[in-house]
Amino acid sequence: MSEFEDMYREVILDHYKNPRNYGRLEEPHAHAEGQNPLCGDEVSISLRFGEDGETIDDVRFEGRGCAISQAATSMLTDLVKGRTAASVAALPKEELLDEVGIRLTPIRLKCAILGLGVLKVALHRAKGTPLPDEWQGLDVA
Amino acid sequence: MAVQEVQPALDAEKLRADFPIFEQRFHGKPLAYLDSAASAQKPRQVLEAMTRFYETSYSNVHRGVYELGERATEALEGAREKARGFVNARSEREIVFVRNATEALNLVAYAWGLSNLGPGDTVLVTELEHHSNFVPWQYVARRTGADFRVLPVTEAGELRLDLLDGFEGVKVVASGLVSNALGTINDVARIAAWAHERGAIHVCDGAQAAPHRRIDVQTLGTDFLAVSGHKLCGPSGIGFLWGRAELLQRMEPFLMGGHMIRKVTAEETTWAELPAKFEAGTSPTAEAVGLGAAIDYLEAVGLDAIERHERELAAYALEQLGELPGVTLYGPPCDRRAGIVSFNVAGVHPHDVAQLLDLDAVCIRAAHHCCQPLMRRLDVAATNRASFYLYNTRDEVDRLVAGVRRVIEIHA
Repeated sequence: MSEFEDMYREVILDHYKNPRNYGRLEEPHAHAEGQNPLCGDEVSISLRFGEDGETIDDVRFEGRGCAISQAATSMLTDLVKGRTAASVAALPKEELLDEVGIRLTPIRLKCAILGLGVLKVALHRAKGTPLPDEWQGLDVA
Repeated sequence: MAVQEVQPALDAEKLRADFPIFEQRFHGKPLAYLDSAASAQKPRQVLEAMTRFYETSYSNVHRGVYELGERATEALEGAREKARGFVNARSEREIVFVRNATEALNLVAYAWGLSNLGPGDTVLVTELEHHSNFVPWQYVARRTGADFRVLPVTEAGELRLDLLDGFEGVKVVASGLVSNALGTINDVARIAAWAHERGAIHVCDGAQAAPHRRIDVQTLGTDFLAVSGHKLCGPSGIGFLWGRAELLQRMEPFLMGGHMIRKVTAEETTWAELPAKFEAGTSPTAEAVGLGAAIDYLEAVGLDAIERHERELAAYALEQLGELPGVTLYGPPCDRRAGIVSFNVAGVHPHDVAQLLDLDAVCIRAAHHCCQPLMRRLDVAATNRASFYLYNTRDEVDRLVAGVRRVIEIHA
């Protein structure tokens, strides 16, 4: 069982079964959705900025997919609340992966960073911040 | 044709010894490879044929006048003859080597479609199709202004042939013989006959059928058949297209370059005879040799025995999985299904199921199986798919079922 527990540690299953910040914001300032074409994971993220127009005040996600993709997106929403658009656009995926805290094969890595990519697309649309490399050239403008 | 003798049941345990991959252990356990619908493992006979070819007979084919060149050409053409026999084509001129079934289907979509389709014409595919027999037709329809239509399936993943007559102006019907996602066996003869009554052609994706059941293109009814080598124990990078000679002759080429020409001048180029017209560039010769060895291997085991063996495993898996709480099975009943079992576990994404099974060295596929329109129809993002081949055993089905039972316990 230990290998399994390494991969699906309690915190992952907890975020999967009880996702944080789940739902959709009315009149969001930024919104995007995306799929992982490998497995059909889907995530949509909406967010609102605070009075400064830069700080993420509230963020929600909806989606369906594997435990890794949904738990990582749930963790991501906790991670970015209170940060500025520019800092989140520059957020290295390693910071999220540390939070996820499990060893990921290259295929599952794509599941784990799906939400982060979608969030960066939302910020790109709203603020013109840069897109991650893996989203370059896709129809996200 | 002589009456086929009933082939004896195959001995999967014995056949496994032909496959070096099974000598390894994964996570400390023997490999239960239940993903042959994606790609099959390779027997030693195939690997050795390719090595022997490289060591004794390799050079470029067709134009070498030296003995070694002739040997290589003979090996390539020998493989073509085996492919011809494998599907019972009338002539080896009807066998075009390609990279895989995807390339074969693109070849037909481009080389036939671009010059035979236009506004007012309908291209009909099915909801069961793999993207390889769906996307090229959608693209070529858009390029030519033809309508692109999709024949729906039932809840059980069987084609709604009763709706065929509702489609008008159909010039081409593209449908598979066996669904890679659900295992559905389609009545290609009936669909092809329907197409021919309207003056349309029929293009058959045989990638999922050819490794597992006997195919005779002279009775199948279709006009084109696409086959991948890697799914039938051959190497990757080789497959073939069978097409009716009279259609292939009238078609434009697909890829241009060396070998596919008769005469080249600055003013004009004329095309070579069949099948060279469709085989531009250096051929994948060692891969073709490997494909030929794979065909020999399958025929020695017996396609009928393979089909029967897989059907028994699928029936057993369906019965066992069906007893587990929260498991949904997809696809038609056993008698209209190949050795493929697609299922979901309530509340657990297929990726998570597959990851857990991997820890028991049970390999299944968890994805949309390159069938996104079908997944949408079934209202799922993905399914788990176990697929069987000649080297799989009942014991491996038991390990699959035990693993799924554990998934259910953990996620309960």
